[in-house]
Amino acid sequence: MATCLCDAFYDDVARATVEVLEHAGCTVELPDAQTCCGQPAFNGGDWAASRRVVRHTLDAFAGALPIVVPSGSCAAMMRHGAPLEFETQPDLAGVDDTARRTWELSDFLVNALGITQWAGTYPARVAVHRSCHSRGTQSGAATLTLLASIAGVELLPFGEEEQCCGFGGTFAVTFPNISKAMGTLKLEHVLATKPDVVVSGDMSCLMHLSGLAEKQGQPIKARHVAQILRDALTGGPR
Amino acid sequence: MSTQPIDAYAAHLPPAKREAVYDATKRTHEKRTQLLFARFQDSDRVRQLAGEVKQHVIENLDTYLPQVEAKLQANGATVHWASSAEDACQAVLGIMRQRGATKLVKAKTMVSEEIELAAFLAKHGIKALETDLGEFIIQIDGDHPSHLVRPIIHKNRQEIATSFEREGLGAYNDDPATITRRARQYLRHKYLEADVGLTGANFVSVESGRLVLVTNEGNSRFSLAAPKCHIALVGIEKLVPRDEHLALFLNLLALSATAQPLTVYTEFINGPKASGQPDGPEEMHVIFVDNGRTEALASDCREILRCIRCGACLNVCPVYRQASGHAYRSVYPGPVGAVLTPLLAGKRFPEYADLPKASSLCGACNEVCPVNIPIPDLLLRLRNKGKREHAPLANVAAPGMGAWAAMATHPWLWKTALAGGKILDVLPESLAPHPALRAWQESRTLPGWRGGKFRAWFKERNAATDAKERVGEK
Repeated sequence: MATCLCDAFYDDVARATVEVLEHAGCTVELPDAQTCCGQPAFNGGDWAASRRVVRHTLDAFAGALPIVVPSGSCAAMMRHGAPLEFETQPDLAGVDDTARRTWELSDFLVNALGITQWAGTYPARVAVHRSCHSRGTQSGAATLTLLASIAGVELLPFGEEEQCCGFGGTFAVTFPNISKAMGTLKLEHVLATKPDVVVSGDMSCLMHLSGLAEKQGQPIKARHVAQILRDALTGGPR
Repeated sequence: MSTQPIDAYAAHLPPAKREAVYDATKRTHEKRTQLLFARFQDSDRVRQLAGEVKQHVIENLDTYLPQVEAKLQANGATVHWASSAEDACQAVLGIMRQRGATKLVKAKTMVSEEIELAAFLAKHGIKALETDLGEFIIQIDGDHPSHLVRPIIHKNRQEIATSFEREGLGAYNDDPATITRRARQYLRHKYLEADVGLTGANFVSVESGRLVLVTNEGNSRFSLAAPKCHIALVGIEKLVPRDEHLALFLNLLALSATAQPLTVYTEFINGPKASGQPDGPEEMHVIFVDNGRTEALASDCREILRCIRCGACLNVCPVYRQASGHAYRSVYPGPVGAVLTPLLAGKRFPEYADLPKASSLCGACNEVCPVNIPIPDLLLRLRNKGKREHAPLANVAAPGMGAWAAMATHPWLWKTALAGGKILDVLPESLAPHPALRAWQESRTLPGWRGGKFRAWFKERNAATDAKERVGEK
């Protein structure tokens, strides 16, 4: 699942995801009919609209293959959100089946494929933003396992890591003041560690943080985990 | 542009207030985390267990409430049932009138705030004096609590010193110890003058009919010891099945609320003064308050009734930290309030339909909740309710989802949009096609449009691979 954000803005992240999965020995298919996981309307409370999109996504990903997505947020939508909004629907079983087949990328690499050591080198100071959708899942730990295993990666802990960056989907535009304040705080903590690169498993958080940083005249280099893993194979930052 | 009410409130919050709230919540949250992990090997399991016990309680209230009523009566207490705020206030007034009482001292109870008891009694010529220091300050200022546990979290000591001076409680002095001593001196003889002492209850054991109260100031103990009559206002969800469950809940409540192993005072109240006991109230009344709880229990958000009012979700919540408690327009602010307030509002739900929107759904509240309430799920269900019921407040500044859903269910439309999005790159910000996009661009840049590029790459690469394979086959 490429995600709508990668479809629209971050093609290199989707590409890196394919390359990382292939390096791990997978054959990757890209269902052409895929669009979005349905989360924007789900979070917005418009569950009727969201369910239409989820049903479309279920059709697009019909079958038995694992569905891997470079976003904790979309993965959480498929694994938790969709079953919640289908609780009283007749087609809940199909949603549950898709939920069981869906994996966030790092979670898939570590906990489905058993990879705990990633090859290559990536000499950089790396601040990892643990996106909120990794709470209560194995994704956060998996991301850190993979990154820590790469030669040259120096992970930088920073203050109040458990706090949200303030993106939150439509929250970013319906609560723009609070969203900005949250993001600014996150940036202060992150920048205090003087990272070469800010890494996350979710481009949505990074889109918000890097957009905010750029607007405030202190651009950050933001990368998805998949890009770090891919680039490590060829010696480091591109 | 217009934003959600809580966002607008946050935008105009004085920086000193925001700092006071932020610093206090952050400090408590961090200390709580440290202590909780030090005391329990698997603190998540403890939270789950407590959640299971409370879930069991709220699902069996029909059994437990008659049991606890019988037990309380056997212990010598009189039990009252109040289905609304008005009923609860009338019950207190009725007890006061029957005793010819005019003076009431009260310990901190959120349910008394919920039913607006003090204002009701004032209308009937009865002064209900707050004895919790924070609530006392709120009362002399005509203010409202902004936190479940720390009602004056939004105030600094300079403000408090000014209020004390104004009220004739001594010359300006902002030393916290002096402020506390002056309040104590003022309050001490009020306990002796009072006819009735009113408290809440943190827990009521069904097994023994014991009321359990926790405080750090000892004011509830005085409110109980001096007056001849004790009234306890208790939400119907406050039960625990057995005394032994108190070990779990007293630990979790103190750790979660104030990051203490236990509060300074823990009161176990077995009933009114028994014969042979030297002092204590001669009369004890327990008023069980529903006020929307049964309706909440019947809803798909019933888990919120597990809440033990510790405030841990407020302390960790990034939105509460930025907006402060008054932004929520309710005695119950923060994540728990954003669920509880619209539910307890019943028919007035639309007035609070924006509260469930005040969350980035980050899930920190669920992670710290001592009774493991899935708050984000409940917020989502209430958002859905707001949408289904066309509550205008739920949709302030929210982008509509119709066009998006149409695109996302028609791949050809989706791909057309991916190709057309390039226009975003060249559009001046002021001409951004949607208010939501403008709101984004007010504080953030947008990345360059790369619509469709990934799909093209994947297709080309696969075509090249296929071609190579075909060559290989020949």
